[in-house]
Amino acid sequence: MSSIEVQQLEKSFSSDAQALFAGLSFTLDSDECLCLLGPSGCGKTTLLRLLMGLEQPSSGTIHVDPALDAKMSYVFQEPRLVPWRTCLENVLLPLELTAENNPAARDRAVELLQKIGLGDRLEHFPDQLSGGMQMRVALARALITQPKIILLDEPFAALDERTRFHMQDLLLELKARLQLQYIFVTHSISEAVYLSDRILLLDNTGAARDIRSVPFRERNQHLKLTPAFNDVVKEYSSLFSDMEDSMKKSNAAQSKQ
Amino acid sequence: MITTIRLWIEDKLPAWIFLAGLLSIWQLIVAQKWVASYLLPSPLQIFDTTLEMWPDIFAATLSTAQSILWGLGLSLIIGVSSALIFFSIPIARRAVLPFCIFFQTVPIIAIAPLLVIWFGYGQPTVNASAFIVSLFPILANTLTGLQETDPQLKELFRLYKPSRWQLVFKLQIPSAIPYIITGIKISAGLAVVGAIVGEFIAGGGLGSLIDAARTQQRVDLVFSGVFMSSGLALSLVYTINLVTGLLFRHRPYLRKQ
Repeated sequence: MSSIEVQQLEKSFSSDAQALFAGLSFTLDSDECLCLLGPSGCGKTTLLRLLMGLEQPSSGTIHVDPALDAKMSYVFQEPRLVPWRTCLENVLLPLELTAENNPAARDRAVELLQKIGLGDRLEHFPDQLSGGMQMRVALARALITQPKIILLDEPFAALDERTRFHMQDLLLELKARLQLQYIFVTHSISEAVYLSDRILLLDNTGAARDIRSVPFRERNQHLKLTPAFNDVVKEYSSLFSDMEDSMKKSNAAQSKQ
Repeated sequence: MITTIRLWIEDKLPAWIFLAGLLSIWQLIVAQKWVASYLLPSPLQIFDTTLEMWPDIFAATLSTAQSILWGLGLSLIIGVSSALIFFSIPIARRAVLPFCIFFQTVPIIAIAPLLVIWFGYGQPTVNASAFIVSLFPILANTLTGLQETDPQLKELFRLYKPSRWQLVFKLQIPSAIPYIITGIKISAGLAVVGAIVGEFIAGGGLGSLIDAARTQQRVDLVFSGVFMSSGLALSLVYTINLVTGLLFRHRPYLRKQ
């Protein structure tokens, strides 16, 4: 069963600018986790915002399973914490706005913050936290609504390596335990291979390559040390380089004209 | 404790030393009769006069303080509510705000005689004068604060589909609080000016005392009145700092300006 269906998608921000995606179409099954990979400016964030409904497509359609529509959550590229609210209050914000805040929700927020290693920072304000800690609070805020799908825009880019691995494993755990589906943007091919079932490789010309068969089903951090994993990363890296090369050639041809 | 004393010495002591030096030079100039004391009385003479006339000066200060508090309080209520209305109803802002700006440019000394005609001699006119001059900074600052709400936070709130009131009370008003506090501080100084000018025309308080002392060539008493007015303005700003510090003692961000 598909959870998201995208048909002939295009997005342009002005009439004279080249449209992004050039008629992108794909369907995401309800058990798939997707990674959007591509060079800067290719529209990864825009695609994520379109899927969340924060932007409207210029043409084409996006259909989200109505049962999942209200159970979508989003993590922005930057933490976007409300500066006058404590960590705990920031995590509880979505529930306050949807009138679902109650003692049980508070306990759940505390549990979430403990899980991401911020159990001792409940009453701290955002400016008392490091960038990585703020990002983790933003992730907890997205998870407090118990979403079915979570969209993440480079969520782990600001984290140190150890915390990044911990957060990656947390996502995998939530996926396994709660059937949480996620779509995320990253610049790291290794992260994309580790976390996703499927990779959508985008480039600046609007072309997209859909890699449907990321081969690993059982994952833990040791997997990253195996030759099989590194071979897949190398293979996708060369695909990525090929796309970048053809993009440069096409840009050069365009500038000559 | 030692750190606090050291900080106080570093921060405040230079100003106190400068003041002591200034008063000493002033005392010396008058004692040496380089300037006639009927033009510039010495600091000690002013201090003696203040002590001698204390019951009258204290009563006048109290009356002026009352008018300032009336004017400033009314400005706070009307300024913040008008800003909220202008913010929520853009057409009201476009229709009324230009006239508020125009009204602000008319000198209070020119309006004061009109106030006497409308409200009569005495405190009502003085209250109105303090209100008129202190209204605009609170209104303008509140409106700016509401308009300057971080667009990224607005987008974050949008994810959770808040009601109009949730947006106003949970995001826009808290965002505007530092601006409102700045507006109150600016208005506090202006309310003192407004009250004194009102008293020049309508009688009562320090304005009337200063005016009467002028007609009697009591320059020492004029200085007493001037110093009491400055003292009032400084105490008011100090009280505002104290009250806002107490109100937002657990929300340091809201006290930042």
